[in-house]
Amino acid sequence: MRLCYAVPGKVVEVGGEIGVVDFGNGVRREVVLAMVDAKPGDYVLVHAGYAIKVLDEEEAKKTLELYSQILGLAEVR
Amino acid sequence: MGWDLRQALRHYRNPRLARKILEKIREIAKDLEVVKIMHVCGTHEWTITHWGIRALLPENVVVRAGPGCPVCITPASDIDSAIKLALDGVNVLTYGDMSRAKGSRMVSLEDCRAQGGRVGVVYSFMDAVKLARSNPSQEYVFLGAGFETTAPIVAYAVLKGLPENLKIISSHRYVPPAVGLLAESEDLAIDAFINPGHASTISGMKAYKPYFDRVRKPMVFAGFEPLDILLAIYMILKQIKDRNPKMENEYRRAVTWDGNLDAQKNLREVFDFDDGYWRGVAIVPDSAMNFKEKFSKVDARKIYGLASGKGDHFPSNARCAEVIKGLIDPPECPLYMKSCTPATPIGPTMVGVEGTCRIWAQHKVVGIKCRSGVCEIGSQPPRAKRMFEG
Ligand code: SF4
Repeated sequence: MRLCYAVPGKVVEVGGEIGVVDFGNGVRREVVLAMVDAKPGDYVLVHAGYAIKVLDEEEAKKTLELYSQILGLAEVR
Repeated sequence: MGWDLRQALRHYRNPRLARKILEKIREIAKDLEVVKIMHVCGTHEWTITHWGIRALLPENVVVRAGPGCPVCITPASDIDSAIKLALDGVNVLTYGDMSRAKGSRMVSLEDCRAQGGRVGVVYSFMDAVKLARSNPSQEYVFLGAGFETTAPIVAYAVLKGLPENLKIISSHRYVPPAVGLLAESEDLAIDAFINPGHASTISGMKAYKPYFDRVRKPMVFAGFEPLDILLAIYMILKQIKDRNPKMENEYRRAVTWDGNLDAQKNLREVFDFDDGYWRGVAIVPDSAMNFKEKFSKVDARKIYGLASGKGDHFPSNARCAEVIKGLIDPPECPLYMKSCTPATPIGPTMVGVEGTCRIWAQHKVVGIKCRSGVCEIGSQPPRAKRMFEG
C-alpha cells in the first residue's frame, strides 16, 4: 500500500459511517465514509480504509477543457 | 451527468494533448535559465518515472524527488522501539512496507519476526482495531506512520474509542512545514514545488499559504496522471516566465482551498503538532503529530516509555539521506543495484513503494543522466516513447 496515494472507487452502499466501495475488477471493500459526504454512485478517493474525498466530476472535465483551450486544441473528447 | 468519471480520467493520458503540452513547455523553457522543481510525494515520483517524463523535458527543466515517502522518513528509533516491543511479546502491527524498513541496527520488524518477534501487517488502522477487539487477552501496539493522508483514520478511531488492549506509536508527520523548510533551503536551491495531491485533499491549499508567503516560489498542487504532472510543470514555467509566483491548483477534482474539514478537526482534536524528526532530512517544526495529554491512555510512547523519534542511522557508504532530501539521484549511491536492490533493500528508500530508489530500481533506471553526470550509462524506459512520442 502506498501511504501518500489514494485509489478512486465508486460508492455502492452507504450504511451510517461505513460503506462499500467498488474499485473495479470485482474488488469491493468496506470503507469508513465518516469524513466525506458521499452517496451511492459517487466516486471517492480511498486511502488506508477510509474515504478522504469525493471526486469532483465536473472539475475533472473542466480542468482539461480549460487547458485544451489554453493550448489551442479543439475539444479534448 | 451522463458521462463517467473513469472516462474523463482517460483523457489525462491522452498522448495528443501530452505532446501539445510538451511543445508549450519547450517553448517557454527556451526563455528561461535552469528551473529546479521539487515534488514531495512518492507517487508523483512514480508517475514521473513510470511515464519517463524526465527524459521528455527540456534540459533546463529539472524535476527532483523530495522527502515524499513516509516509510523513508520514519525515524530509525521508532522502528527500534517497535522491534523491542515485538521481542518482548507485544503484538506489533503496522503497514506492509513499514515492516520492512530497517532501524538503527539494520534490523526491520520483518527480520525480528524471524527471531520470534510478534509482528503483524494491516491494510488499515481499522483492521488493527478489529484484531485487538477479537483478541482481548492479547496486547497490541500499532506503529502508525504516514502523512496527513493516513493520520485522520487513526484520529477518527481514537475518538470513537479504542479497545483497551490497543496502543499506538504515532510517527505521523505533517507535510506543509516540510515544504516550507525545503523551500528555504539554500543547499537545495529549489525554484518551484509540485505540491502533494492526496495529502493536500486533507490539509487544503490554505495550509501552505504561510510558507508560500515567506518564499514566494511557485507551488502547484497536482494529480497523479501523466498529464497532471505535465500541466503542473507547464503552470510552474508560466508563472516563472510571467514573474508571477502563486499557489495554483491543477488537481481541482480532488484538492480544494479548505481541504477536508472533518479530517482536520479529528487531527487537531487528537494530536499536538510538535517539532519532529524526519529521517534523513532534519527536525521539521510543527510537523510531528503526537498524542495530546488527554489521550495518554492510547499513547504507546507514554505507556512503554519510548523516546521520541530521532536518528538517521544509515549504513556507511549508503547515501539514503541525500536521496531523501533530493540532493542526489539513486544511481549516485555506490550500493544502488549492487548490494541494495528491491529484494535486498539496505536503506528505507529501497523499501517503500514510494521510495525513490525503489521506484527507479523497479523501472530499471540504472542509467540515466544524473545531475553529477556520472550515471550516464543507459537510457530511459521505453514506456515514455510509446506514450508520448509514438
Ligand atoms: S540505493 Fe539503497 S543504500 Fe543507496 S541510497 Fe538507495 S536505499 Fe540507500
